Amino acid sequence: MRAEVMRQKGRKLIEFERVAHSYSGGELFNEVSLRLAPGSFHFLTGPSGSGKTTFLKLCYGALVPSSGVVRIFEEDVRQMSRDDIALTRRRVGVVHQDCQFLDHLTLRENLALPLTVSGHEALDDDANLKELMGWVGLTTRADALPPELSGGERQRAALARALIMSPDVILADEPTGNVDWEMSQRLLTLLIELNRMGKTIMIATHDLGLIRAAKNHVQARVLRISERRLQLAGADL
Amino acid sequence: MSVLRSVIDFAIGDAQAEKAVPPTGFTVRLTVFSAAAMAFLVVFALALSLAAGRLADRWSDELARSATVRISAPAEQMAAQTEAALNVLRTTEGVESARALSLDEQRALLAPWFGPELPLDALPLPQMIEVIETASGFDGDGLRLRLAGEVPGAVLDNHARWRGPVVSAASSLLLLGWVSIVLIALATGAMITLAANAALAANAQVIAVMRLVGARDSYIAQAFMRRFTLRALAGAAGGTLFGALALLLLPSASEEGGFLTGLGLQGAHWFLLILIPILAAVVAFFATRLAAHNTLRSLT
Repeated sequence: MRAEVMRQKGRKLIEFERVAHSYSGGELFNEVSLRLAPGSFHFLTGPSGSGKTTFLKLCYGALVPSSGVVRIFEEDVRQMSRDDIALTRRRVGVVHQDCQFLDHLTLRENLALPLTVSGHEALDDDANLKELMGWVGLTTRADALPPELSGGERQRAALARALIMSPDVILADEPTGNVDWEMSQRLLTLLIELNRMGKTIMIATHDLGLIRAAKNHVQARVLRISERRLQLAGADL
Repeated sequence: MSVLRSVIDFAIGDAQAEKAVPPTGFTVRLTVFSAAAMAFLVVFALALSLAAGRLADRWSDELARSATVRISAPAEQMAAQTEAALNVLRTTEGVESARALSLDEQRALLAPWFGPELPLDALPLPQMIEVIETASGFDGDGLRLRLAGEVPGAVLDNHARWRGPVVSAASSLLLLGWVSIVLIALATGAMITLAANAALAANAQVIAVMRLVGARDSYIAQAFMRRFTLRALAGAAGGTLFGALALLLLPSASEEGGFLTGLGLQGAHWFLLILIPILAAVVAFFATRLAAHNTLRSLT
């Protein structure tokens, strides 16, 4: 896996070039330039409303910047068709705070949804799926419906769904927002483990305790959106 | 062959995609009911169109090659004038045949208005002569002049005066029937579009999740399109069946009943009914496709 990371070192997974984004007249941030290298680990912090979620949405093509250029896998999002965006999302796993499951499908079916929509056969007995459910500790909950899951189980399930397509990048928006400290540590451990397997991780969080805990185990860059600028550990990027 | 394969694949569908999009109850009922009601109306519009078409053709054919000479004369001159008129007609270019109607035939013509026991002998009725034209037809003005010179009581009626409006009315009815079918198809499309929009709005969260995990618009749209197309097909099949049964219950065509009893379908025209559910399915397919793509374009 490390060899794969080394092979990709020269590639830019996600790149921001003098990006600004505004909502109905109000500017969230501007002049943001950033490059997510393969195998890197980033935290994105900032006060509520500073634009962390918007920043992540720009990273997976859910939004187009007001100005500047966002490139995902070296393609300008402005030039990408809707199909291109869909294909890109198969390479970018996204974990939301509210998880976003289909409540009428079982957990197993929800986790297999990325496989299903990308044309794979329904894989009820798929080994990867079983392994993934075991990895996040949800094997016994496979047939449960999402409303029957606890907050921690939902977050782990969301992480598993984000991983099922073996994406290059994992973006997590406040993944520990709805869980207790113990569960947040467990999720963090899973994310660090993924990073060690070569995945590029970006976590948007306002939980500084989580960042401190992570820094003991992984070399992470901490980015902060403050006063409409993206800063690195206290300095402008 | 590949088109057939595509249609079969579409009808079979993707079970997983179907499962991902939950059905919304009222849109199911709305689509099936609309398609059934519209198909029922199309059956009658089609029957009306085809009956009007038949009528227009028949009247056009029958009347175009026939004319009538009416002789009004005192009783003692009637036979002589009739014979004189027949002589003129037999020597007129463009007249294939001419014959005087018998009393029984004249009675049959008047029976619908005066009843079968009409005492024709007691009435001063004109003598009617039926004239059949050749394909090239005769010179009406020339014949009128000859009849005026040789048979003072004869009046030529080549039906042109009322044939035109009658055939025009039947043709208008035919057009009206087809316009109705087109309007019904458009209304069906509009209703299915509304139902599809409602279903898409109700499933906004499902669509958002599917987009998030990498579903293409065509994949999401397909699930809705297949569902609405099959519902429209089933509803229209039911409506067509009921329409066909209703047509069968109409009185059969008869001389006495005239136009109103000839509304049913005849012969191979019954097979046209098969096209109605297919047309409904095609309309539903494109209406849902348009609605789905419009909705999806507005989502990230």
